[in-house]
Amino acid sequence: MRIEIPEFSLVAMVGATSSGKTTFAKTHFRPTEILSSDFFRATVCDDETDQSVSEQAFELLFRTAEKRLELKKLTVIDATNVSKQSRSKIVNLAKNQDVHAVAIVLDIPEKILLERNSQRDNRRLPERIVRNHRTKLRQSIKNLKKEGFRYVFVLKQEDIDNTEIVRTKLWNDKRELHGPFDIIGDVHGCCTELEKLLRKLGYVKDPENIFYSPTGRKALFLGDFCDRGDRNTDVLKLVMSMVNSGNALTVVGNHDVKLVKYLRGRKVQLTHGLEKTVEEIKSCSDDFRKEVCGFLDGLISHYVLDSGRLVIAHAGIKEKYIGRGSGRIREFCLYGDVTGENDEYGLPVRLDWTEDYTGNALVVYGHTAVSEVRYSNNTYCIDTGCVFGGKLSALRYPEREIVSVDAEKMYCEPTRPLAVKDTHKDDGLLSADAFQGDMNIETCLIPVVNISKNNSAGAMEIMSRFAVDPRWLIYLPPTMSPCETSCETGYLEYPTEAFEYYKNHGVGRVVCEKKHMGSRAVIVLCRDVETAEKYFHAENMGRGVIYTRTGRKFFDDNYTQNIILDRLDEVLKKSGFWEDFGTNWVCLDVEIMPWSEKAQSLIKNQYAGVASSGINSLGNAEKLLESAICVQADTGLEKWLEMVKFKKNALEKYAKAYGEYCWAVKSVDDLKIAPFHILACEGRVFGDSSHIWHMENIKKYFTGFDKIFVETPYICVETDNPESVKNGTEWWLEITASGGEGMVVKPENFTEIRDGKLLQPAVKCRGREYLRIIYGAEYLQSENLERLKKRSLTRKRTLALKEFSLGIESLKRFTSGESLSRVHECAFGVLALESEPVDPRL
Amino acid sequence: MLLTITYEGKNTQEISYLLYKNPSKKQEFEISAGRVCVFYPELSDGKTTVALLLDLNPIDLARGKSESDRGLFDYVNDRPYTACSFLSTAIVRVLGTAMSGRCPQRQELADSELDLTAKVYSLPCTQENLPNEIFEPLGYSVKFERGLLDENFPEWGESPYINLEISGKVRLSELLSHLYVLIPVFDRQKHYYISEAEIDKLLSHGGQWLANHPHRDKIVYRYFAMKKSYARTAIDRLLENSREETPEKQIPQEEDTEKRVPLNEQRLEAVKNLVVKSGARSVIDMGCGYGKLTKKLLTETKIENITAFDVSAHVLEKAKTMLHYDTMSDYRKSRLNLMQASLTYTDKRFKGFDCACIVEVMEHLEKSAIPAFERVVFEYAVPKTVIITTPNRDYNVNYEFLREDSLRHPDHRFEFSREDFGNWTEEICRKFGYTVEITGVGENIDGSGQPTQIGVFRKCV
Repeated sequence: MRIEIPEFSLVAMVGATSSGKTTFAKTHFRPTEILSSDFFRATVCDDETDQSVSEQAFELLFRTAEKRLELKKLTVIDATNVSKQSRSKIVNLAKNQDVHAVAIVLDIPEKILLERNSQRDNRRLPERIVRNHRTKLRQSIKNLKKEGFRYVFVLKQEDIDNTEIVRTKLWNDKRELHGPFDIIGDVHGCCTELEKLLRKLGYVKDPENIFYSPTGRKALFLGDFCDRGDRNTDVLKLVMSMVNSGNALTVVGNHDVKLVKYLRGRKVQLTHGLEKTVEEIKSCSDDFRKEVCGFLDGLISHYVLDSGRLVIAHAGIKEKYIGRGSGRIREFCLYGDVTGENDEYGLPVRLDWTEDYTGNALVVYGHTAVSEVRYSNNTYCIDTGCVFGGKLSALRYPEREIVSVDAEKMYCEPTRPLAVKDTHKDDGLLSADAFQGDMNIETCLIPVVNISKNNSAGAMEIMSRFAVDPRWLIYLPPTMSPCETSCETGYLEYPTEAFEYYKNHGVGRVVCEKKHMGSRAVIVLCRDVETAEKYFHAENMGRGVIYTRTGRKFFDDNYTQNIILDRLDEVLKKSGFWEDFGTNWVCLDVEIMPWSEKAQSLIKNQYAGVASSGINSLGNAEKLLESAICVQADTGLEKWLEMVKFKKNALEKYAKAYGEYCWAVKSVDDLKIAPFHILACEGRVFGDSSHIWHMENIKKYFTGFDKIFVETPYICVETDNPESVKNGTEWWLEITASGGEGMVVKPENFTEIRDGKLLQPAVKCRGREYLRIIYGAEYLQSENLERLKKRSLTRKRTLALKEFSLGIESLKRFTSGESLSRVHECAFGVLALESEPVDPRL
Repeated sequence: MLLTITYEGKNTQEISYLLYKNPSKKQEFEISAGRVCVFYPELSDGKTTVALLLDLNPIDLARGKSESDRGLFDYVNDRPYTACSFLSTAIVRVLGTAMSGRCPQRQELADSELDLTAKVYSLPCTQENLPNEIFEPLGYSVKFERGLLDENFPEWGESPYINLEISGKVRLSELLSHLYVLIPVFDRQKHYYISEAEIDKLLSHGGQWLANHPHRDKIVYRYFAMKKSYARTAIDRLLENSREETPEKQIPQEEDTEKRVPLNEQRLEAVKNLVVKSGARSVIDMGCGYGKLTKKLLTETKIENITAFDVSAHVLEKAKTMLHYDTMSDYRKSRLNLMQASLTYTDKRFKGFDCACIVEVMEHLEKSAIPAFERVVFEYAVPKTVIITTPNRDYNVNYEFLREDSLRHPDHRFEFSREDFGNWTEEICRKFGYTVEITGVGENIDGSGQPTQIGVFRKCV
C-alpha cells in the first residue's frame, strides 16, 4: 500500500495498545520526527509505563510538537490516540500551526491485540482495557475526516509490512521555479488590456493561439479573472490556455471562488460584477463551464517561488503563513486581513497586513485596487484598478520593473475611490522589531550571517545615538585583517605573507594599493536634491553625506561636508562620470587625510602625550645617568643608560611616525581625499569589477581635476612569479621607508571565491615604523616582538568576511529598490559585528 | 619614571645612609611592575643628588604579566613615563625604611630638617594652580616648567605634563611621605583597583599632616579617584585621629553638581507630580537612564504599570541594580517592565500608554534624528499625555562653570532656548494633534527663565 503524505504535516498514529504503532513509526520516520508518549513519560518521571504522569508527559510532548511545527518539521505523534478527546488536541495544534493533520490508523483484530498484550512482561494491561481501546477505535474510524484530519489512512494487519510512505511536496511549494516572471494583477474581464500588456511584456502567440514568452519568461496571475469587465470568458480562455501549456501559473482570487460556487449551482448573489460574467458564461457550452469550474476549483491560494524569495497570493499573506496550508490561510490569501466590519461604502474593512510584514520573501499581491503600484515592507500591491478605469500592471521579477497599460475605459464605477495617496514609500522610519535579539541576515556571499543579541543591542545604541540618518546608511565598510605574522626577524608584518595568502588560495594576480593613513569614510553623493528624494527618500537632507566607518557623520559641520560634496560633483561633471555611468548618484569608499583631522583628540591626548612625557623623562634620565656614571664607577649603570637611550630613540621615532599623518587643516583645501572603490550607482554594485577597473576609473573620473581628490598609487603582483613578488616587496619597503603606513593587498577581483570559500577581500601589510603607533614605541625590542608574533587572526578574518558580505548585500538590496528596513538590516549587522571583542590592534 | 632628591648643606653624602643606598654598589630592585634603579648623579660634600628611575615595560602593562591576565591599559600609554601611582609604589618599596625615618646609624640626621629639593619629571598636571595649592601649605617653595606638547606642532599647545621642583627645610622621611601621597593626587588614573585598604595606606602616610591641610578634601577625593564613599570615610578617620575641632563637616562636590543635584531632584519631583495630575494608570519612561524617575513613579500606587527603557543595554543593567530589580517583590515587579529600546525606531511596545515621560533625553539625540523621534512618540506611540523636559539654553549664562556658548553636558547635541522650545512644541501640536502647556523647574531668573523647561502635551480627542 502506498501512502502519500505532505512532507510537512502533523501525523497522528492511531491504534489500540499493542497494535504496533511504535514499530511502524520507527520503520517509516526518522527517530527525531517521532514524539512518543512513552518517551515523554520517561522524561518526566523515569518510568515510561507510569500512567499517572500522562498529563505532564503530554504537555511536554505537545510543546515539543509545537516547536517542531514552528520550524516546519514533520512531526509524528506516537500515542494510542483512540479517544476523540486526545485527537482533538492534535487537530487543534495542526490548525494553530496551519499544517495538515494526517491520521494513520492501525486496525488490528482484537485477537492479535490480546495475544500480543499477554506476551508483554513488563507492562501487560488488563484485557478489558485492550478491548475498550479496540471498541473506541472502531467507532472513531469513520469520523476522522470530520474531526479535521485532512488525510486518513486505515491499515489492516496485512497492510502493515508492505506499506510505503511517500512524502509529497506541498502544493504551494514551487521553490524550484526561478523565473524570470511577469506577475500580472487583477484582470476582472479586461481581456483587451491583458492582451496589450502581454505583448508589451514581450509575449507572442504560438500557432495554437496561446501566449508565450520567446525568452522563456513565465506569467504569474494573481486571480480575479472575471467580473465587471466586458470580456470575462475571453480572459478565462486566455489564462487557462497559458496555465495548461505551462506558460503561466496562477493563484485563486475571491471572485474566482464565487464563480465556482455559481457554476456548481450553489446560490450566490449576482453582484459585484458577477452578473456580467454569468451573462457571458450562460451562452457558453456546458463543457466550457465544466472546464472553468474544474480549473478554478483546482487553484491554490499562494505559491512560494524562487527558492523561497518570492511569494504570490491574491490578497497577500502574513509572514508566518508562507509555505503552510490551512483553511484560514486560504481565507487570508483570498480576502486579506478582514475585521468583519464594513466601511462607509459597505465594503469590508481590511487591516494593512504589510505594516507588520518583515519577511525576507518578496510578496506580490493584488485584490485591493490602488491608483499606483504600492510598495511597502518588501511587498508589492499591483492591482491598479484596470476595470475601474485605472491600468493593468505587471511586476517583472527579478528586475522589479513595473510595466502597465492604461484601461480602455472605466468598465465599472469604483464603490470607493481608489486610494490615491497610497503609494506608501519608505519614509525613513524603521520598526525596532527587525533589529532586536539574535538576527540572521541572509547575504549573497555568505548564506546567513548570525548576529548575537548582545551585539544587536550594542548596535541599537550606536545607531540611535550617533549614526547618520538611516536613509543615507546604505553601506558600512568591513574591517580589514592584517596579513599573517611575518617570520622575518625585526618585522611583525611583511609582504611575503600577504602574497602567500592569495597564492595559496589560487589567486594568481593581486593588486597592491598604497594604504593612506587617514580615516576611512563613505561618501554618498547625488547629482541634486531631487535625486536624493527619489532614490534615498531623503527630503530636506541635502544632496549627500560623508560618514565614518561606524556610520557617524564625518564632519561635525554640514558646511565642510557640503563644500566637499559640491566639489566632488564639479569633478564628476567635468570628467563626464554622470553621463558615462548613466547615474544620478554614486557611493564611494574613500580615505580622508590627514589622520589628525578626525583623530585630533586621540593624537593629542594619547599619542603626543606619551611621546612628550616619555622623551622628557627619559631625556632627563639620560643626562643624570651620564653624570652618575662619572661619580659611581662600576655599578652597572651603563646598561641602564643604554636602555634609556634605546627607549628615548624609540619614542622619537614613534613621534615621527604619527607626525607624518598630521597637518593643520585651515580649510577644505588642506584635506586630501583618496577614493579607492566606486561602490555603487543607480542599479549597479561594482562588487564584481576588478580592482584594476576601480583604480583606473577613479583615475579617469575622480582625480586630477581638483587637488583635494587624490590618486592611490598601486601596482599589480603575480603571486607565483618570484620577480614580481620581489618588486612588490620592494615597493612596500620604499613606501614604508618614506613614512607611509603600508599597503593593502587585494585579489584582482573584488569578490573572490575559491573552492566555495570566500577569500579575504583585502589584507593589509603595515610598515615597521607605523606599527609603533599601534603596538607602542618599544614593540621592536626583540623580546616584545617575539611575544607580539603570537597574535591570532582568526576572529578578525571571520569578522572581515562577514562584514564584507553584509556590505555588498546592503548595496545590492539598495540598488534593487528593496525596503529601507532590508537595507538597514545589513548596515546594522556590520555595526553589531563591530562590537564583537577583537584585538583592536589588528 | 624619574624622581630626584637633592640635599644641599654639609657632608651631604650622608644622605645615602638615610636612604640605605650605598653609592659604591649597584642599586637595582625588582618590583611587580618593573625594575627600579637608584643612583647618584651628584655626590659631594656640598650637594648630593639621588635619582630613582623606574623602568616599566609598556607591553607588560598592556597585557598583564601572564598571557591570560588582561592588562589595564592600552599599548600606547603614558604610564611608563609619567610620575603616577607606580612611582609611589616604587618609593614605598625601595625607600620604605627612609620613609619611616628610622636610621640607627644616622638617627640624628634622619630627625633633622634638611635643605631638600625634589624633582618629579613628567607629572600629569593640567590645573595651573594645583602644585602650589598642594605643596605650599606644607612649607615648600614650588617651581615647575611645562613644554610644548609636540615641538613639530606648536598649534597643539602646551604639554599636560610638568617637571615639578619643590624645595624646603624638611626631614627626608616627611618629604618621601609627601611625595608618596601627593604624586597620585595629580593623576586620576590608578594602576591598582581602589579598595578600602587604600584608606589605611593613606592614613599611615598622611595621618600626621593631611588632616590640617587646607586642601585636604580635594587631595583625598583625588587620591581616591573621586570614589566618594572611600574619600568620605578617609576624611572622617583623618579628623578623628587628629582630634581636631571642625566647625561643620563639608562634603565637597564637583563644582557644577552643587546646583545640579537639587535641580535634578526638583525636576523628577515635578515630572512625577505632572504624571499623577494627568491621572495616568500606565506610564512609559522613555530613556530611563539609571531609573531615578521610574523609582519615584513606583511609589505611586495609582500607577498600575510602568514601562521603562533605555537605548543602552549597559545603562539598563545599572538601572536594574539601582532599582534592586532582582530582589523586588513580585507585586512591584509585576508593575514594572524594563527593556532596551530606542526612541528613533518605531516600536509596538510603546503603544497604549496613558502617559510618556521623556526627561532630559531629547538633547542627547542628533538634531537629524529629531524628526524620527517626533514621529515615534507622537505618531506611532501616541500616548495621551507626553511630558518632555530639556535644558533651557537661555539659562546657561547663570552657570559660572560654563564657557560662553557651551552646552551643559558634553553629550548634549543641542540645547533649546525658550523660543526654540516654544516653536518646536507648537509645531508638534500642529503636526500630530496635541495641545501643549509649557512649564519649568528651578530658580526663575529674570531674562533667562528657569534652568529646565517642560512641555506637557495632551492628545486632542
